This record gives sequence, structure tokens and C-alpha cells, in this order.
Amino acid sequence: MKGNGAVHTIGTYLPMIDGPEKVSGRAKYTADILRPDLLAGRIYRSPYSHGEILAVDATEALRLPGVKAVVTGADCDRTFGVLPIARSEHPLARDRVRYRGEPVAAVAAVDDATARRALGLIKMTVRELPAYYDAAAALAPGAISLHDMKPGNLEREVFFELGAVEEGFGAADLVREGTYNCAEVCQNQMEMHAALADYDAVRDRMTVHASTQVPYYVHLMLARILDMDMSRIRVIKPHVGGGFGCRTETLNVELIAALLARKVGGAVRMVVNREETFITHRGRPETDIRLKIGVRKDGRITAVECECVQRGGAHSGYGVVTILYAGSMLYAIYDLHNVRYIGRRALTNTPPCGAFRGHGTVDIRFAFESLLDQLAVELNIDPFALRRANFLHAPTFTDNDLMVNSYGLPACIDWVEQASDWRTRKGRLPKGKGLGMACSHYISGASKPVNWTGEPHATVKIKLDFDGSLVVLSGAADIGQGSSTILAQTVAEVLGLDLSRIRVVTGDSEVVPKDNGSYSSRVTFMVGNAAIDASQNLKRLLIAAAARKLEARPEDVECLGEFYRAGAQDQGATFDEVVAEALRESGTITVTGNYSTIPESHGGKKYRGAAIGGTMGYSYSAQVVEVTVDEETGLIRVDKVWVAHDCGKALNRLTVEGQVQGSVWMGMGQAMSEETAYHDGLLVTANMLDYRVPTIEDSPPIEVGIVESNDPHGPFGAKEAGEGSLAAFLPALTNAIADAIGIRFDNLPVTPDRVFEAMEKRRRVLDPRLRAASKLHAGE
Amino acid sequence: MAHLLSLVLNDRSRVDAVPDNLLLLDYLRQVVGVTGTKTGCDGGECGACTVLINDRPVLSCLTLAASAHGRRVDTVESLGRDGRLSAVQRGFHEKLGSQCGYCTPGFIMASVGLLRRTARPTDAEIVEALGSNICRCTGYVKIIEALHHAAKLVAEGVSP
Repeated sequence: MKGNGAVHTIGTYLPMIDGPEKVSGRAKYTADILRPDLLAGRIYRSPYSHGEILAVDATEALRLPGVKAVVTGADCDRTFGVLPIARSEHPLARDRVRYRGEPVAAVAAVDDATARRALGLIKMTVRELPAYYDAAAALAPGAISLHDMKPGNLEREVFFELGAVEEGFGAADLVREGTYNCAEVCQNQMEMHAALADYDAVRDRMTVHASTQVPYYVHLMLARILDMDMSRIRVIKPHVGGGFGCRTETLNVELIAALLARKVGGAVRMVVNREETFITHRGRPETDIRLKIGVRKDGRITAVECECVQRGGAHSGYGVVTILYAGSMLYAIYDLHNVRYIGRRALTNTPPCGAFRGHGTVDIRFAFESLLDQLAVELNIDPFALRRANFLHAPTFTDNDLMVNSYGLPACIDWVEQASDWRTRKGRLPKGKGLGMACSHYISGASKPVNWTGEPHATVKIKLDFDGSLVVLSGAADIGQGSSTILAQTVAEVLGLDLSRIRVVTGDSEVVPKDNGSYSSRVTFMVGNAAIDASQNLKRLLIAAAARKLEARPEDVECLGEFYRAGAQDQGATFDEVVAEALRESGTITVTGNYSTIPESHGGKKYRGAAIGGTMGYSYSAQVVEVTVDEETGLIRVDKVWVAHDCGKALNRLTVEGQVQGSVWMGMGQAMSEETAYHDGLLVTANMLDYRVPTIEDSPPIEVGIVESNDPHGPFGAKEAGEGSLAAFLPALTNAIADAIGIRFDNLPVTPDRVFEAMEKRRRVLDPRLRAASKLHAGE
Repeated sequence: MAHLLSLVLNDRSRVDAVPDNLLLLDYLRQVVGVTGTKTGCDGGECGACTVLINDRPVLSCLTLAASAHGRRVDTVESLGRDGRLSAVQRGFHEKLGSQCGYCTPGFIMASVGLLRRTARPTDAEIVEALGSNICRCTGYVKIIEALHHAAKLVAEGVSP
């Protein structure tokens, strides 16, 4: 294990460092913490979509033996929300309920059965108000406002026009417009939301275990909701069973658990079921898009106009950011000028949306790449050529001031074109089969955090002690994406050490430095850079110690991981000897590393909210999808996906592949089968059968090409790998279906019944007795 | 009503007094305290709670604890020998068949059930055996690789 050369794992295929716990059942998730003293927490939810609360009566529930406490809106008048400008939500509704399933009261009881019985004894009376289940109804004149602060239910309107849009369309040889609809989708991560809140009444301290991606945000919101000093709160993030953006904001579950725990002066375990996990929502909003693109004959885009309406749900959440991303991220993938964007985010009587993987970019990318494909067909040029006509040339800034330093899209496109054998196979597949391609991109962390404190974006500490082990302390939340593994690899790489010396400690506010959390694909880039900084600081101390020991100048000392020497002839010193020397001076060593984004990456000021979209590095993805459409049944089978992802540098090829495959597949779910449905505001798809997630039977082989553009600012050149490949699947699929059967689907998901219906319609249209147009759009 | 339940759980004989309507999943997690087996849905949708009864994979969330009376129940905690990972566990770990890990115990037990029946399964047999388990992280590609890797390890003498 311990040779005389530096050990390197960056760029290899390395299983995750916490894999053995996960495959043995030893990994503890929040719901796995079971103790005899825990009370069971349950939430009473509104059966109304919209109403003024007249009374919430828990008298009978409190009389039930075994019930220890009930909390209602009367117990907390404070609001929470991820954006400081839009904290519209009470943990338990006060005055008004705004969606069916909104928490109204909660019970803590000696066991779950008692808590459930108590829910049945709670009585709520409301004066019902008109409810709006889609954006158009909520935004219609005369609609009652869900929130007084947001008149007309307009959460946010975004408008920008950069360049000369009308001139741009005038210079085009072909202008086409399309309308697109993407259904609302949910993350549906495998672990249901859970929190364990433990209140120490003697010391007035609160400890909360939560299934979250953002322990720091949970900490902030607990302090706000409980009106407790932050120093009295401790947040622990155990193993987390996925997130995909669902948990990038504080959820009502953890806040309600804490309110109950304080009221009973004890510990409350709140594990909501799958239906409630769906209702807690925070997924991708239903989105309507009208998109117009002008191109010249050579495929060069001359102008873009995009209008986007999102159905945001009953509370603000990330809404303002989501509608801004949808506009700003039109840029930074192609060389665009002359762009007009109008975005509207509506408040509706449905569960609140959030920041689903690919936040804000996915539905817009579906529309954009679909329309590009249509334009390519009409111009009779290859869709690859059309993209190639519009490449950016990095380093550059886009018209909306986004900084692009590395740009692997050309290499991604080349890879999928070759891997899929596009040139020989496109247009020559048997009947019912088709090939489609599309591209997408994503940020490597939002350059400005939503809670701007002036601190570094990321801080990592390393502790080195007598035993020669390195303990890496980080607040980065590993939710299955492998951030702890990347941290260990990063520290090991800089110091040339074997991973066996490294231990990573995360997820406990009492021990680890603050981290903003696992969202917007920020962790590898920002925490990775902070870990490099910390490791280099430690390396400097070790080299200085080695220099003392070897009686040499520090600049002559070479670090070979387990061995330090001053020149090739030097007998050198072992790592253990160097550590002993270093500790002699200072005792236990703790070093800190920081990372901050540079101001150039903060986006622009050309319109209100233009900072959204700014990042240190964009990832790029290209995909080719091959499908078979059964023209009798409408059943679509994805035969194969080729995906190339520019992650700057693959720090761990195994986890990059896993992230890219997972993204593509999640895009497939959205494209083909996943959608929520409501009946009078009641979520009727709140289980995994009606909300149809692809099974292993439905899922294709996904071949991954890793493209490394070596970002100048990325840790070892790395950028994000976990989100950017989701979006391209959607249009690549519909482009492939259009190739296979000549029908273009502009509404998602493309379910078999919709395909069947579209083909039936075409049969009728193509009936010679009916004589009609040859160009077809599903849903027209 | 409660009755005495006598079974062999993970190679150990146990006798517990359990209510007649207690689910096997709740028995394992709450009565015995082995929490490797997960709850992922409101009943029979996801496969996260898969365990083996007499080597046959079952959904413990749809199985009464009482029905395991006199039988052998194996959970993910039963796998491996001398503290080392079993072939299926190694497959999922080494090939990244597990990301967040929450569905993993269910997938692993369904896979063990398959490999105890079929030493070298084909892709089609793997897909059939794991068709009732949902994973939200991997897209299943590396789960299939994990199974092939595990089968190879079994052939080399590692226990499934």
C-alpha cells in the first residue's frame, strides 16, 4: 500500500468511499434512527385547495390518550423560504390554505397509530375561495390573489431584449415558431422525507437530523421559525436517499418536527409517506413555451424570441430564480445575439415547485433543440451542421455577460456523431426506427449564493494528528452523488497519499465548517477547489517540517506522498517522521482552505436578475437517441443512447459515468412517462405506479463519452457532471421520434396513448377523402 | 391478537411475540432493529423492502411477519462472510450500482435471489428479476453491470 511514490486517483475509476456502508445496510438514513423515546409525528393536511381558515380545532385530538402535543399555525407566525426576497410560506398554514395537502396541524404521539388516529379528530373549518390549477387561470384578470404581496398571482415577470431582435429576424432566411408544453414532474427520490427533531429543554438546544441537501439552509430556517439563536441549533445530515433538487430548500417537514419537539420537550420522529413526499413537491413546474428562431441558410441563428410561463404552485420557493434561469440559459451554449425573453411565473393552488435537476433550463432546452431540429429539416441541413454553425469561441462573454472559459461542446458533438455512426445510419434505418440528436449545458454552481454573506463560497478543513490520518471536515452534503469521495480523492491527490489515510467527516454542524449545500452542481467545483487550497496549505506545513528534519531548504524538498526528500540522493524522511516533526512545533494541525468565485463570473446587470446564470464554468452535453416506434400500439422503445459530457476533467470516471447515465435516464422519465395530475387540486399521481418512473425493463443502454475541456478555474480542470446531460435527452428523443414516424411531439411526456392518438389522427388526415396538409404536429 | 413468531433471521433463531397484523418490514425494522431493509413507498410500488424468505425474494411491506413463521428470512445484513462483502455487494459497490444507496438493499436481495437460482444470468433474466425494483439514481445501466460482475465473482467462489 505505501510505496515510495506519490499515489494518484484523479482520473481513475474509483468506487465511492461510502459504498461498503450502502451495500451492507449499515448506512443510516434519518428514518433508520429508532429509539424507544421517540414520539411519532404526523401532519394534518388541508383537504381544501384554497380557503380562508376560520378555525382549526384540535381539542379532541389532544384528549386522545397517547397524544403528547398538537401544533397549528397559531404556534408559529413566522415565514420561511429559500430566497430572502420571497419568504411566503408558514410551516403550518395560518389564515389561509393555498393547496390541497398543505400542512395545517401536526401531532406528536407515543406511536404512529395513535398519531394517525389523532389526525382524524382534528377539525378545520374554512371559507372556500376560488382555486386556480393552471397558470392561465391564476393570471387571468379578476383572479383572487393567493398572496397579498403578489397581486394578480404574478410571482415574477422577467423581460430582456439584448441586441436588435427585429433586425435579426429580418436578416433570417427562415423563421419558425413553435409552442411547447412540458408537464410538471417530481424528483421522486427513493427516500421519503424524514426529520428527527430532538429538543433539550434543560439547555434550550435543538438538534435536527434531516434528509436534506442543504443543512445550512435548514439551520437558518430553524432559527428563524423557532426564533432561536443559531448557536443553540445543531443540524445533522445522515445518509440521504437522493435529492435531485427536491431538498435544496428547507422543507416544512423538518420545521414542523422541530416545532413539535420543542412543544413536547423531547424527540419527535417525522417520516412522511410517499404520498406526502409527492405533495411536498418542489419539482419542475408545468411550463408553456412559445419560441421563435430565425436562421440563415447556412444554419447561423440570427434572432430568438422566447416566451415562457411556469405554473409555480402555491408558494414562491425558488420561483424567481427558476424563471430567470429559463431566460438566461438560452445563452452560453450557442453564439446567440438578438434575443428577447419574456418569462412569467404564476402562483397557483397546487403544491409549490422547486429546483429540479437542471433547474430552469430543461424545458427551454427541449423547446430550443426541437425547433432547431425542425429548422434543420426545412433547411435540408444536417442537425449537427446546424449546431456547428453556431458554436461559441471560448474564452468569451455572452451578450448577457455569462463567462465561458472552456467549451467542450464541439468535442461532445463529434463523439456522439461517431459513436452512434450517425453519418452511415441516419435516414437508413428500417421503418419505425429513428435517430435524433440534441445538446444541453449547465452551470457548475451559481456564482452568487442566494444567501450572500460575504464569506468564501466554500471552506474545507483538514485535521492532521499523531496517528498520521487526515480528517477532512466539510459541510458538503453527500446525497449519493459522491461528493465525499471527490473530497477524499482531492486531498489525497494534492498530498500524493493513499486514500486509506483520508477520512471524510461531513454533515454535522457541530463539527464541520458551513457549506451552502449540494445544489446547482456547485460542490465539485467550489468545495473541490477549497479542498485543494486546504491540501496545499497542509502540504506547505509538511514541506517546512521536512525541510527542518532533512536540514534542507523548503524549496528543495520534494513531496512523494509517503516519502519526502531533498534531492534524489537524499535519504529522506517518511510521512510519519515528517508529521511527527510538524506536530512538535504546533501540536495537532488544522488547516483551512477556501474558495470564492471571481467577480467576472457573477453575471451581468443588463436586466433585473441578470446575475442568475452566472457560474465559473459551464458543462456541455450532446446526445444521440435511437428509438423504435410501434406504429400499431404507439409504444416507444429507446434502443440506445449515446451521450458525451464535457465535465472539464473527470476526477472519477466511474462516478462521472454514473451521474451522466442517471441524468440521461431522469430526462427519459420526464420525456416519456412522468407527469403529475390533479383532480380539483388533489394530486392523483402521488404514488410510483400512477407517477410512472421507468423501470429496468424500460431503460436503454446509455454509452457515455467523457469530454475533458480542462477548465482553467476548475479543480484539476473539472466542471459539473451531474445535471447537464438531463435536458438534451428530451429533444433528442422527440427528434428521433420525428425521424422515425414523421410526427413531432411538442408536448411532454410522449406517452404511448399520445403517440397512438397522433398516428390515428394522421391516418384520418391522410385519408384521401379528407385531403389535408402533410406537415404534422401532435396536438395541433 | 399477538402470537409467537419463530423464525431464522439472518442465520439466528428468534422467537418474538408479534401482533397478527404486523408487517414483516415493520417487524424487521422496529421489533428486531435491523434497518438495512428500507421503506420506499406506501406499499408494493418500489421494491426497496425486498428480503428473502427461504431464498425467494418478497416485498416485506406486503408480507405479514406471521407468514414467516418457521421459515428462514434473510436481509441485506445476512450477506458477506467474516466481515467481507459478498459477491453481489461487491458488484454493486465496485461497479457503482449504488449511488444514494436507498434502493440498494432491495436490489441486492432481489439479485441474491436471482443468483441463488441462476448462476450466470443473461441481461433478460436480470431485467426480469429486478423489474419490480425502482432506482432513481443510476438509470439501471450500472446495476446490470453489477450483476454480471457479481456472477463472475460467484463463479470464482465468492458467496452471492
